[in-house]
Amino acid sequence: MHIMEGFLPPLHAAAWTAASLPFVVMGARSVAKITREHPRAKLLLATSGAFAFVLSALKIPSVTGSCSHPTGTGLGAILFGPSVMAVLGAIVLLFQALLLAHGGITTLGANLFSMAIAGPWVAYGLFKLTRSLGGALAIAVFLAATLGDLATYLVTSVQLALAFPDPVSGFTGALAKFAGVFALTQIPLAIIEGLLTVIVVNLLTQYSRDELDELAFAPGGVK
Amino acid sequence: MKRTNLILLVVVLVLVSLPLLLPVPGGLQEPFAGADAQAKDAIIAANPDYQPWFEPLWEPPSGEIEGLLFALQAALGAGLLGYYIGLRRGQSQRRKQDGGDAGD
Repeated sequence: MHIMEGFLPPLHAAAWTAASLPFVVMGARSVAKITREHPRAKLLLATSGAFAFVLSALKIPSVTGSCSHPTGTGLGAILFGPSVMAVLGAIVLLFQALLLAHGGITTLGANLFSMAIAGPWVAYGLFKLTRSLGGALAIAVFLAATLGDLATYLVTSVQLALAFPDPVSGFTGALAKFAGVFALTQIPLAIIEGLLTVIVVNLLTQYSRDELDELAFAPGGVK
Repeated sequence: MKRTNLILLVVVLVLVSLPLLLPVPGGLQEPFAGADAQAKDAIIAANPDYQPWFEPLWEPPSGEIEGLLFALQAALGAGLLGYYIGLRRGQSQRRKQDGGDAGD
């Protein structure tokens, strides 16, 4: 989902940066509020960031014959709300842009929007929806993390199709092309991310009940 | 819970290794190339006139250094994740030993 440095025209780069900025500001406030009101949950917040750090470093082969990586942003989104992921995701994306020439400064806004904003909000929304419909915790976590991951790659495809519409088939044709590169490859990886997120949440419900209760996460246990 | 996690982990391992065991889809110049690079190539192929207007400030000088930094990223993340889970597991076990009823 990393759009390479310089590979969005200046106008698009500026527009996505402007769209992402309010979310990052909101995220910073959210992080400050959580550390103030729930100091005990600080380490769990950092761990959510660490989960995104490790998952987004793993290039995993897919059945399409190419490689991509999960995002790891669903976990923090369902535990702390989607806002904080704009900040945690920014740390990941800056590390990769500055040290790995993966993504870039000019494309940071667009990459933030797909990985650290759209994905987490989709994950959070699906988690809440599944839970309100009476879905089991594991199912809700799996759907949230899997489809949040896929949403990130769909947004990247839309971003590229908007910037580089096909000369003949326009936006739709370009979207099909970029989604063919990103979204298809991502399906098994998104499932992997969903399963790994369920594993971590299982461990948390077993060992970190106090923090989950403080965050009012899945009150009443897993059953 | 332990059994569930073990089964999930096995499914993850199967999903990761299956593409490597299956025949690679035909017509690929480079098997298992990165999707990000493929998207870049698709942009260049469809828009040969497009000039990237900004270069990365710094690039890893070789694939080895890139591997080092990716490994560092994964190690930092996995390190903190393992530290956290281990810490909480130890704490919850100690609580159980102290006679407190910690539930499950």
